[in-house]
Amino acid sequence: MTKSELIAKLAERYPQLVAKDAEMAVKAILDAMATSLARGQRIEIRGFGSFDLNYRPPRLGRNPKSGASVSVPEKYVPHFKAGKELRERVDAHAQTNA
Amino acid sequence: MTLTKAELSDLLFDKVGLNKRDAKDMVESFFEEIRLALEEGQSVKLSGFGNFQLRDKPQRPGRNPKTGEEIPITARRVVTFHASQKLKGMVEDHHGAARG
Repeated sequence: MTKSELIAKLAERYPQLVAKDAEMAVKAILDAMATSLARGQRIEIRGFGSFDLNYRPPRLGRNPKSGASVSVPEKYVPHFKAGKELRERVDAHAQTNA
Repeated sequence: MTLTKAELSDLLFDKVGLNKRDAKDMVESFFEEIRLALEEGQSVKLSGFGNFQLRDKPQRPGRNPKTGEEIPITARRVVTFHASQKLKGMVEDHHGAARG
């Protein structure tokens, strides 16, 4: 499912709203989630999951082409942990179709 | 401080102009549609944010850490998230802390 398919599904669920509202809502939600992580603020959605930042310390890496060693600075990377409901639903469905 | 569904619905009220009830329902449905797609075995690709993918993991040996007893960890399907280059770029330079 892509972002535009998600927008279409939501527009279908809310026929009382203008189609543009579903699109604006999806964009506003994703934008707020990305901005929140960029500020170092975690996201916690009950039943879905949580997004945190994980720290990666500075390290010495290598340019795979030239073999030259390069220093890779410390950074943060986004990390998602699925919540209980999502975890159980995804797995339950996989088990019944197995 | 943590971003939750309550803040997201306030945002849809303030920025998109949905009424309070529609805003709350929309946030709930947003996550429910993603859950439904994943439940059906579809991956979800949100450009500019990231992809939610499914991985089927085989059974593997495990141990009860309290008793040391060996018990198999059953085969299961799990959800993984891969942040987009754009999102990675946005959080990379963050030097405050929100470690999970």
